[in-house]
Amino acid sequence: MKDIDERGYANPDVLVSTEWVAEHLDDSSVRFVESNEDPLVYPAGHIPGAVEVDWTRDLNDQLRRDYLGHESFAALASRIGITPETTVVFYGDKNNWWACYAFWVFQLFGHSNAKVMDGGSLKWKQEGRPVDRQKPSFEATTYDAPSRDDSKIRAFRDQVLAHIDAARPTVDVRSPEEFSGERMHMPDYPNEGALRGGHIPGAKNVPWARAIDPADGTFKDAEALRGIYQDELGLTPDSNLVVYCRIGERSSHTWFVLTYLLGFRNVRNYDGSWTEWGNLVGVPIEK
Amino acid sequence: MGKHGGKLDEWVDLLSGMDRGDRIDLLIDVADRFREVPPEVAQRPFAEEHKVPACESEAYLWAQPHDDGGLQLYFAVENPQGISAKAMAVILDEGLSGAPLEEVASVSDDVVYEVFGRELSMGKSMGLMGMVSMVASAARRRLASGAGER
Repeated sequence: MKDIDERGYANPDVLVSTEWVAEHLDDSSVRFVESNEDPLVYPAGHIPGAVEVDWTRDLNDQLRRDYLGHESFAALASRIGITPETTVVFYGDKNNWWACYAFWVFQLFGHSNAKVMDGGSLKWKQEGRPVDRQKPSFEATTYDAPSRDDSKIRAFRDQVLAHIDAARPTVDVRSPEEFSGERMHMPDYPNEGALRGGHIPGAKNVPWARAIDPADGTFKDAEALRGIYQDELGLTPDSNLVVYCRIGERSSHTWFVLTYLLGFRNVRNYDGSWTEWGNLVGVPIEK
Repeated sequence: MGKHGGKLDEWVDLLSGMDRGDRIDLLIDVADRFREVPPEVAQRPFAEEHKVPACESEAYLWAQPHDDGGLQLYFAVENPQGISAKAMAVILDEGLSGAPLEEVASVSDDVVYEVFGRELSMGKSMGLMGMVSMVASAARRRLASGAGER
């Protein structure tokens, strides 16, 4: 894989390499944040000094289906010892999918000084870099968090209904089996928590992990990404676009790719996704 | 017979009495004991019919007749970071291999939450539940073939 600066990304600075991380392990202006799907991955061994941000405990409201509010975000930021000036580098398991989700939630609070470690945990460990099991603690900081801004990068169901009524593009980043609704018909097995299978009418299916080189978890270069999202789907950086999956975690990865690596200017993540749409009464569904 | 049967109840009793940190430490140790399916049972590329549905860690299951009349469970976990899947595989093997088929067939996928707690993502819980469901399905098929009759 080419160096990050040579891949033609619109915003190459949003990615850092494992080498860069290794050189900044003791940099107090940088905080490494690991976010995983698997709750055992971080405690089993993480980048020295990295702190865990868990989506269920740290990023979600504990009562309603929603994200944390600005007071909770300020408390989280204080606990992990960051200020608005801290460079937060996200990384994690499974091609950085939960890392991108955490990155997306941090952007709801305007923490733009954020980056993703290319390749995530997979590449770090493949390279034999150091890991430890010690949970770091940091001196509490004061973080004057703004109110959460859901208007720019988050979409709600009524907005999605208006979006498809206007025949604007939607990308479903789930697997082809979920997109087709096939998985709903498998007896004895989980059905993704939705009463109906299929996809939002008009959505195009691009599984999120197509943006990744599976050998080391790094992002594909811009030319390959344009081949997927622009040549195959006919999207442009000016497209008014909604992405979704099951709960918004995989689609936050695609949101990251489109927004930062390809420079799309108007991508919103519908985090209600299929667990909301597939349970809503009366909304249109396509198979 | 306990709630789940076999030695699975012992695992549930042990883990459900722990706080989150101790439970995670134990589950990591359990995952370290994972041994994948021996080559005399299966070799790569593994057949799709053995793949656990909905498991992002690409877990595979083989359920073969056990000397005691039940099933001997074998697993593979292709995702090197699938630590929870490996821990679940060890617990299912140690808890249900050799147990009476009726007990294995009736094991509830709720056991996932009893082992890991309720703080799992939907995708992760679905994958782990898929492992449990596939084990139970294998036992039900074996029972339907008449293998459970003594």
